[in-house]
Amino acid sequence: MRIYLDHNATTPVHPEVASAMQEMLRENWGNPSSTTAEGAQARRAVDRAREQVAALVGADADEIVFTGSATEANNTALHSVARASDRTRFLSSTIEHPSVDEPLAFLGEQGSQVIQIGVDETGRLDLTSLRLQVDDRTALVAVILANNEIGVVQDIPTLAEIVHRIGAHLHVDATQALGKIPVDVATLGADTLVGSAHKFNGPKGAGFLWARKGVLLTPWIRGGPQEKRRRGGTENTSGIVGLGQAAELARVDLPVRATDSARLRDRLWEGILEGVPGVRRNGSEEHVLPNTLNVEFEGAAGELLLQVLDGEGIAVSAGAACASGSIEPSHVLSAIGRNPEQARGSLRFSTGLRNDEAQIDRVLGLLPGLVARAREVAA
Amino acid sequence: MSAGRIVVGMSGGVDSSVAAALLVEAGHEVIGVTMHLAGSDSRCCSLDDAEDARRVADRLGIRFYVANYKDRFREEVILPFADAYLAGRTPIPCVVCNRRFKFHHLMERAHALGADAVATGHYARIGTDPEHNAPRLLRGVDPAKDQSYFLFDLAPEQLRRIRFPLGGLRKQEVREKARKMGLGTAEKPESQEICFVPQGDYARVVEELRPAGLPGEGEIVDTHGAVLGRHGGIHHFTVGQRKGLGLSTSEPLYVQALDPGRNRVVVARAEELGSGGAHLSGASWTRGEPPPAGQPALVKIRYRHEAAPAKLVPGAGGFVDVHFEEPVRALAPGQAGVFYLGEEVLGGGWIDGPLS
Repeated sequence: MRIYLDHNATTPVHPEVASAMQEMLRENWGNPSSTTAEGAQARRAVDRAREQVAALVGADADEIVFTGSATEANNTALHSVARASDRTRFLSSTIEHPSVDEPLAFLGEQGSQVIQIGVDETGRLDLTSLRLQVDDRTALVAVILANNEIGVVQDIPTLAEIVHRIGAHLHVDATQALGKIPVDVATLGADTLVGSAHKFNGPKGAGFLWARKGVLLTPWIRGGPQEKRRRGGTENTSGIVGLGQAAELARVDLPVRATDSARLRDRLWEGILEGVPGVRRNGSEEHVLPNTLNVEFEGAAGELLLQVLDGEGIAVSAGAACASGSIEPSHVLSAIGRNPEQARGSLRFSTGLRNDEAQIDRVLGLLPGLVARAREVAA
Repeated sequence: MSAGRIVVGMSGGVDSSVAAALLVEAGHEVIGVTMHLAGSDSRCCSLDDAEDARRVADRLGIRFYVANYKDRFREEVILPFADAYLAGRTPIPCVVCNRRFKFHHLMERAHALGADAVATGHYARIGTDPEHNAPRLLRGVDPAKDQSYFLFDLAPEQLRRIRFPLGGLRKQEVREKARKMGLGTAEKPESQEICFVPQGDYARVVEELRPAGLPGEGEIVDTHGAVLGRHGGIHHFTVGQRKGLGLSTSEPLYVQALDPGRNRVVVARAEELGSGGAHLSGASWTRGEPPPAGQPALVKIRYRHEAAPAKLVPGAGGFVDVHFEEPVRALAPGQAGVFYLGEEVLGGGWIDGPLS
């Protein structure tokens, strides 16, 4: 039985989500745009999912646009703002996901000014620097609510105040936060926000974009009246239903999930501190997702440790895997001041739904020996 | 699991694919590792070869990883390669890569992964001398593919833990095997000789890596020092080279030597290129010890060289003097001289120059 401690990469599909999707595939395969009974039945399922997703983030169902991924949703949001605004300055942080970095870089190539605001050694955004950089030419500030690698959670409400004071747009990438911490668009003060089902026990290929009423969206994918002309293409109905079901479960179970994953994460960290010499935790211990633990094993290659653990039936993550599967030192760890050696020695553990104490204890039993072996190699 | 766990270096080519397949057939628990060394297309990394290796690994049902060695490869292999050209030598990076890099890191990885041995798709064999219970490095049986030249630098303790599953096969058999097993790499063309030099344009690689260290233009002279023309940098030349000199002379001239001190290319007639002996440094012996002085051997002075009969005189400090029975042509400093005794590779060293 494998031990999966990589829930920030993706999560297992919840059985109730799988059932709901299966029912869609088998019984409710109509086209939501059709005016027939089959179409109406499919449309009802999609509408219900929209309400479930809206409830997860405290929004109106009308404000939710279904997409193929959070990446697509980020692209749609950033390009929409760029088109709608005559301002040409775009700010983000040094620890964004590539699905924000790359669309912004593309805007940069087209003549916009793109600036990344630094973070402190725990990964929290430098608000002083943000205050200095936000000006009346600033169209948008994009910030990752919870970082995928170190789990640091940003103070979005304070950020929102700074951003809105000057009339700029606040885009929040909540992909890694949903299902782990409460996410409420009003409390956050966001203008747009994105998420993806597979990070909270839903299916892959189902993301969403929330846009506050009044935000003008330009479709990123054109070709039909779907999603009120905000996203063309026949709806991925089973994926959307899976997303909706996963959103509902995440909303209802959130307090339990957060407590459980934090308890296991803390047990893991305490055990590592006790059993493995030469370790340090990357990122904030205070403002952090309940399930995420990023640890540097001094003098060991994280990439190799990952393989050794994989061989023992334990799934974790190291750095950022690129197209070939080769692992590059993480830009996030570099942004919080770790040198390339330290970044290479770091592993991410992320707990989730099916983990338990016995699993954590098995990992803790193996780690000291495996780390020692990996350290012999790294020299 | 009975035959032991083994790490196979998989390049994404047909040879290492079949090497992995043969070990799986033999009952080993195989872990495939692709070493990501160079070949960056975008800002991240090249996809195709690693993807081919991954597909083969999936087909064989084995664990597979891509290991990132880009930075180290650049430091330990690519930059020394460029520097050698600037020093008037003709480097052969594959030998350095094999011992100091490829096998070294694969063995470390194997240790961490709890494996006993490392395998690659090289065409060479490792036998055992029953009398001494010691490993012996032997030529691959396919004379057209034999890669033992590139492996002379392996130490006995490395040879003990290396497997070359293809050593007893011919290339044709390897391809047939790959076809039969339905491996997607069966028809893949042969790779270039130096993996990080696109289209064999090594001079451009040198220029990109060491723009500040380029020698610039200099003189082309004959063996008496008479200036015959000009050249655009000695890194464009290799001893024995005829083309690209831009000289119009009545009889063909060849590069006889490169003089980095005076930034000169020395050219000579074909009959002046012969050397009766070679001085080698950094010698390595596959049996761990040098042979006695006067040891007869067949010596290859470059990969595609017909090995020439010679006598070896090992000296102190890793030097070896090689006395050829007949003069050899175009002895290029920086290339490896590799010593054979019948099928066995005795060792080799780095050519510093002709014996004076």
